Amino acid sequence: MSSKSDVKLIDSKGKRLDGRKPDELRKIKIEAGVLHRAEGSCYLEWGGNKVLAAVYGPREALPKHTQNPLRAIVKARYNMAAFSVEDRKRPGPDRRSVEISKVISEALEKIILTDKFPRASIDVSIEVLDAEAGTRCAGLTAAGVALADAGIPMKDIPVACAAGKIDGKVVLDLGKEEDNFGDADLPVAISPRTGEILLLQMDGHLTLEEFDEAFDLAVKGCHIVSEIQKKAIADKYKTAVAEVE
Amino acid sequence: MSEEKREVVIPSQLLGDTKEYEQGQGTFVENGKIYSEILGVLNKSESKDKKKTYINVRPLKGRYDPVEGDFVIGIVEEALQSGWLVDINAPYPALLHVNEVPWEIEFGETEKYLNHGDSIMAKILQVDVTKKIQVTLNDRNLYKIKGGQIIDVEPSKVPRIIGKKGSMIALLKKYTRCRIFVGQNGRIWIDGDNEGIEKVLETIKKIENEALSYGLTNRIEAFLKKDAKDVR
Repeated sequence: MSSKSDVKLIDSKGKRLDGRKPDELRKIKIEAGVLHRAEGSCYLEWGGNKVLAAVYGPREALPKHTQNPLRAIVKARYNMAAFSVEDRKRPGPDRRSVEISKVISEALEKIILTDKFPRASIDVSIEVLDAEAGTRCAGLTAAGVALADAGIPMKDIPVACAAGKIDGKVVLDLGKEEDNFGDADLPVAISPRTGEILLLQMDGHLTLEEFDEAFDLAVKGCHIVSEIQKKAIADKYKTAVAEVE
Repeated sequence: MSEEKREVVIPSQLLGDTKEYEQGQGTFVENGKIYSEILGVLNKSESKDKKKTYINVRPLKGRYDPVEGDFVIGIVEEALQSGWLVDINAPYPALLHVNEVPWEIEFGETEKYLNHGDSIMAKILQVDVTKKIQVTLNDRNLYKIKGGQIIDVEPSKVPRIIGKKGSMIALLKKYTRCRIFVGQNGRIWIDGDNEGIEKVLETIKKIENEALSYGLTNRIEAFLKKDAKDVR
């Protein structure tokens, strides 16, 4: 993240490159239950991000030494498709995707009632088909919907959203150029019912005040996204009831 | 069942207060409030003395949760030295021990009786705390399945396919003249002539799609009657 650049990210009217206001999210579209082989699935579009999440299990955890006799383990796998970025991405796990897989697994483990399935594993596959900044938030949000769609017992539907700093101003949900040429990026995942933090990372520099401001903004964004998530699940299943009545 | 409209709830949805209601299945309590923990259908049931009302959420989707005494259809995964591993659509494979089959089996000759890919009708003998499952073939009408076909449905829809006191399944049998066995784990075995099987598949699909509506049995009967002229 380069702090000095010639790119103007906020114009004189206070609008961003894509015409958004500082506290405006990109367009989000969520669809639940799109894959019939998976127990639960979700397709999500968040600005230029296109993410597919699928949930398999609970099933017996293999290899056997990974089993926990008291609770289920959650294995999330974040993967970027080779064609998801401008230059071809070398396929397969790299340092970045291993890290994201780990933090997402831990975030999901917090809200899934894992003690209901001892010795089992719940596998979440997150495929990034098209990337445009904020894929980990999009991935986690999609994973939350897919888990609910799979009928897995959980305390809440996790949701994530990022805030950041561009041209010295704190803004919500960074786009591609803003992420590349901005000053800081702060992805946050919360449990929207309790406000509990599931994931918090930061790239770049923020002062304490800026951090608080960005964090509050990100949480606000999370609640908006959460409503879209809930609507997506309700749409899929409530209409099924309405049709026959 | 109540006359209210069936409501679909999603995880973390607030369902009520512990002062007013009792916590039932598919829910959890936090700070005196009852929340749903799964995607499912809301159901309020009264206890026998009508003093308490329980809030339950019946799952819409998800794996089969094994319960002792359930009749299930299993597919043998592997023959072991003194038993078999059987897939019953639960999170874990179930063990079928040689003592739990009606045949006399010499040690190490399990493969002669059941092998990978064979299907059986079984009863769940035991589920322990760590969810180790044991099944048995030592009960009435349990055997290795020969012929017919097996289909998979959502385990949560099984009660609708069976119907109240078996009313739905009786209808299916009456109008299609097929032999049908519904396993609690969401596997259904059907045997009969091709026409009948096709009819059953079509009907089950219809039941699955409309599982949440009322008066389903009557509608299904009308559906079956429509082109079944030779009912015996």
